[in-house]
Amino acid sequence: MTSWTDPEELYQEGKKILDELKARTDKIKPKERMAIPRQLMPTQKPKVRAENLCEVATGFSESQAVVEAMRCLDCKKEPCVAGCPVSIDIPGFIKKVAEEDFSGAAEVIKRTSLLPAICGRVCPQETQCEEVCTVSKSKKDVSKSVAIGGLERFVADRERESGKTQIPQVKPKTGKKVGVVGSGPAGLVVAADVRREGHEVILFEAFHKLGGVMRYGIPEFRLPNSVVDQEINLLKEMGVEFKTNTVIGRTRKIEDLIKKDGFDAIFVGSGAGLPLFLGIPGEERVGVFAANEYLTRANLMRAFDKKKSQTPIYDSKHVVVLGGGNVAMDASRMALRLGAKKVSVVYRRTLEEMPARNEEIEHAMEEGVEFCFLQNLLRIDGDDDGRVASVKVQRYELGEPDGSGRRRPVAIDGEIFTMEADTVIVAIGNGSNPLIKQTTPDLETNRWGNLVVDENGKTNIDKVFAGGDIVLGAATVILAMGEGRKAAAAINQMLLKN
Amino acid sequence: MNGTIIEKVNLTDKVWKVTVEAPMIAEERKAGQFIMLQVDEEFGERIPLTIADANAENGWISLIFQEVGHSTKALATMDVGDVIPVLVGPLGEPTEIKKFGRVVCVGGGIGVAPLHPIVQALKKAGNHVTTIIGSRTSNLLILENEMTNWSDRLITVTDDGSKGQKARVTEPLKEVCEKEKPDLVVAIGPAIMMKFCAETTRPYGVHTLVSLNTIMVDGTGMCGGCRVTVDNQVKFVCVDGPEFDGHKVDFENMMARLKSYEAMEKRCDDCNLNKAVDSIIKERG
Repeated sequence: MTSWTDPEELYQEGKKILDELKARTDKIKPKERMAIPRQLMPTQKPKVRAENLCEVATGFSESQAVVEAMRCLDCKKEPCVAGCPVSIDIPGFIKKVAEEDFSGAAEVIKRTSLLPAICGRVCPQETQCEEVCTVSKSKKDVSKSVAIGGLERFVADRERESGKTQIPQVKPKTGKKVGVVGSGPAGLVVAADVRREGHEVILFEAFHKLGGVMRYGIPEFRLPNSVVDQEINLLKEMGVEFKTNTVIGRTRKIEDLIKKDGFDAIFVGSGAGLPLFLGIPGEERVGVFAANEYLTRANLMRAFDKKKSQTPIYDSKHVVVLGGGNVAMDASRMALRLGAKKVSVVYRRTLEEMPARNEEIEHAMEEGVEFCFLQNLLRIDGDDDGRVASVKVQRYELGEPDGSGRRRPVAIDGEIFTMEADTVIVAIGNGSNPLIKQTTPDLETNRWGNLVVDENGKTNIDKVFAGGDIVLGAATVILAMGEGRKAAAAINQMLLKN
Repeated sequence: MNGTIIEKVNLTDKVWKVTVEAPMIAEERKAGQFIMLQVDEEFGERIPLTIADANAENGWISLIFQEVGHSTKALATMDVGDVIPVLVGPLGEPTEIKKFGRVVCVGGGIGVAPLHPIVQALKKAGNHVTTIIGSRTSNLLILENEMTNWSDRLITVTDDGSKGQKARVTEPLKEVCEKEKPDLVVAIGPAIMMKFCAETTRPYGVHTLVSLNTIMVDGTGMCGGCRVTVDNQVKFVCVDGPEFDGHKVDFENMMARLKSYEAMEKRCDDCNLNKAVDSIIKERG
């Protein structure tokens, strides 16, 4: 784990390296590029940020970004492009950054991704583009790869701050109308891609605010609402129409959208739903929350603003968060910011197997979240009012590898202890949202309730496509975007034929 | 969607009926469904309210609520012409409506409001409907006329005997179960009332539906805040309900969960809500 460095130092270090590189008249050799140290993402001081909601990572300075871009070898194979679910021309935009042509860099990214400020912040780069980066491969260390995510974010932020955001071209009106259900990452990508072809796009959102999981789930300190708003504004400027507070399935059935309202295609990106619970005794107690609820109260309903928000959030002193993914990290760090004295993440396996992004785990550790590895809850005990008072914890050790290739945690006989807690947040994933299925009985689903689609994102119902978590189960923002891209291409093709 | 208030009536002390323009909800809604609303789009709380009546042709729904928490108090300060900024629905699974035979509909206090469309629908489906409505005292009784119109028989009770029989709703319910062996009982009201209604019908083996009014945030099956234990399984009121088999609901746990934020809300009452209400009053001069 890294220790925190003052951003000022990082900026100066970056500037120093850049000045040296600029002073050179000869061409920089690949070997020399490899020797440039990876620029570290500046962050707010851990003690300070654990008490505010401002963004933790504050972004590269210009010098840092240019230096970082110079680390790219511009290799022929471009493995990073293949590693990106939406195939951004990564070497192309990085080259522009190295040339200090930042708007040119934005233009390159926008050819394939309209949401770079979001992706640069929340993509799991270390398992995608950065994992396969030639620099990381030759150094055999993914943390030494070119900081593609950090650069993407820099380019997007720079464009936004310049106030000169380029609005993608929209082809002339086709007279075709497409409905998009859900304004999360999948829905936004579909809306943009379909709108570009000149089709009318109406996007329906169940909540009063747009962005789906990027609004209700991912906290402000990791992805500011203003960033989400800005990227959505671009779609508004392209002519996408948004209808909030509309629950497709209930307010209007999918069948009616097609038959009565004349939509030529529908994309369902309604996201994951129904949080999973462990099924252990005591889970029904007061003070046990699904991470979805805890985060929705804090983020969407703005309960972190305790003075203004009318949505209450549970007063917690000792919070136990169950799970090891990004949502568990978000919930634990939010609990700290809401005033919990102690936050313990309980995870069945070890740090190695934790599915959360490395950056989130590091940040959580720096902020003082306690990690209890090889432990799991057996039972949640309560007081006379049915409120959480403590949890019974079972210790584990790693056994033989299981089907997923990871060593299976095995309970250690008799190693059970009590941990004081007044709040338990369960972050072990979501099932599928049943609303669309309940109201569209002909729609084919698998045994987990996820919608079944073909390789083009098409469901078994004519004109109806789907993608994102409603198809994948709980996944990531970028995978949902990739699904959306595929479905949008299929929709555009279908509309071209008709 | 949002909804403009087109009528507002004070039914009894702190109980209001507001009729809201909401054509899409009016068209789709069925008996037993609810809506979510927010009185303030930025900082308001999302609360579920059951639809008390609707007219698809004229595009309105009506909501009946009692001033209890932040949002209902703020809602009560809104007038005809004001817009409820967030109005979402209809949500939840509709009541199963068919010809059961003899049905008994029991409504307690404000619970008479959500019962109203169910009584209507069951009557229209050809059932013999006995309706029992009750409240603490006579001036808290609501929708008596409507219930008279739609029921084959209406039994009114009050705790203090100021109107109808001096009894709890469970007493006439027990009598009807004993004498008439009804095919279905629907009970809606405070959790404790629904619990006792379920206990009353249990020995007679009469299928008893209750409509649960838990805390909700999104109301669309995402957050899990509304979960209840039914037949030892986790169920989500917003998408699996709101109606469940009353004989299988863990009411004790549901009642404890309803109190999750009680202490915090009492504390906040002095600050947030009063501030919100004050500002609305101030805006209106």
